[in-house]
Amino acid sequence: MRGIVRAMATTLGTFVRGPVTREYPERHRPIPQRDRAFPLLLWDFDTDEPFCTGCHACERACPVECMTVLMKDNPAHTSLGGTSKRRKIIDKFWIDYARCMRCNICVEVCNFDAIAMNNTWSGHEISVYDRADLVMDLPQLLAQHKAGAIDEWVAP
Amino acid sequence: MVANTHEQEFETQELLINMGPQHPSTHGVFRMVLGVDGEVVTDVVPHIGYMHRGAEKLCETMDFRQGVGYMDRTEYLANFNAELSYVLAVEKLAGIEVPERAQWVRMILCELNRLSSHFMFTGAFGTDVGVFGTAFVYSFREREVLLDLFEEITGDRLMYAYFRPGGLAWEVPDNFESRVHEVLLSAERGIRDMDGLLTQNEIFLARTKGVGAISAADAIDWGMSGPSLRASGVPLDLRRDDPYLYYPQVKFDVITGEAGDVFDRYHVRLKEMRESVRIIEQCMERLADGPILPERLPRMLRTPPGEIYERTEAPRGEYGIYLVSQGGNRPYRLKIRSACLSNLQALRDMTIGHYVADAVVILGSIDIVLCEVDR
Repeated sequence: MRGIVRAMATTLGTFVRGPVTREYPERHRPIPQRDRAFPLLLWDFDTDEPFCTGCHACERACPVECMTVLMKDNPAHTSLGGTSKRRKIIDKFWIDYARCMRCNICVEVCNFDAIAMNNTWSGHEISVYDRADLVMDLPQLLAQHKAGAIDEWVAP
Repeated sequence: MVANTHEQEFETQELLINMGPQHPSTHGVFRMVLGVDGEVVTDVVPHIGYMHRGAEKLCETMDFRQGVGYMDRTEYLANFNAELSYVLAVEKLAGIEVPERAQWVRMILCELNRLSSHFMFTGAFGTDVGVFGTAFVYSFREREVLLDLFEEITGDRLMYAYFRPGGLAWEVPDNFESRVHEVLLSAERGIRDMDGLLTQNEIFLARTKGVGAISAADAIDWGMSGPSLRASGVPLDLRRDDPYLYYPQVKFDVITGEAGDVFDRYHVRLKEMRESVRIIEQCMERLADGPILPERLPRMLRTPPGEIYERTEAPRGEYGIYLVSQGGNRPYRLKIRSACLSNLQALRDMTIGHYVADAVVILGSIDIVLCEVDR
């Protein structure tokens, strides 16, 4: 009997505490800056082109091989009359979000700080009806940073 | 027609009952075929392998940094401990000196992970015993606080991928120390709550005392380890008996039980949580500024040829990594010594002779993680 009374006292004790449950779809809790959703590419506003040069470093380091990278000569390079210092630039980039295991290795190996993990709610809420829709192409990967909708965190 | 009289012996027949793999109380996809005679279990045949993803084989195609992520996925309730075994094995083989601060942070995170894992156990075990819901949501509330801290540090709630051969992936946040103290306060309250809710509860005691007992000799024979072994009275704790990190520098007690029954397995874990809090408090005093990675770490880590077995005390027991290297940047062979797989072998001995209803309780008391069993 004593044990049951003690258990009841514990239960009653929680009545004075506030609930920790959050009503998720209506309310989004703030997520920490280091939060890792899926990787996306960053946009260089100074030269108006992606940071990514298509060097394949992330593609080689990816444990699950979810990336496909193609590079091209940069048409905006200074030698061609442009303003950019990047000789090569990304041509096509696909990341299969369905395969990605969010290990952050692509961000660590990037020499140009061109890729970051999405740390906003839009990185988590990407349900689709077709798996093929989870293969993101270059415009989709760049869109969020281009729109200024992310405060990215890259480990120093 | 002859009516049955009380004097007449009933002829009973053994019946096979299938339990799982989609049974809510098997903690994952685990199937047992129970032979029952009336209400009494006469035989248990466990079927494992539903969660097999070939983590060991996959790791052979991964370099040492990539492999860390796969360790997370074998032991998803104590990821830091699983990562630790792996990185310790790689470090020892490659001969890397790990900076002091990284080691202390690792220790704190591993003990916090032990707390969160044991909270998961008390909650799930409470549900198995029949204290439905209450114990589960209470312990999950406390676990949530711990996961929030892990998310602030590593960026992910479950698959941390935070340890690296040589140290840590990145520095902990500036408010790390104050946050750990906050979390410890809440964890202590959580332990008190679970204690009050379950330990002296008469219904809980009736379901757990004397159920599923296993003797110390049998437990050793089956290769059990961790809290399940200590509940039988064997004081084996790798943190003390085969020390790694800076465990020799902190004071803690090795908790043992006496009867080795389901209640002892629960009680040992509950007391262990208090020890974990003690360890973390000592670690926080010793934590000093410094680098988190060695000064000279090659871009691509290579190990000399050799083999090594490195084991750590994970919340469920001895989590060992056997690593064979033939030189190069990836293991030639990787074997994961899973604590749960060995602990699960004793299930048959524990369950035979008890009621069918207790089979769930006994299985819950081993605290299995099916991803670790099947790898």
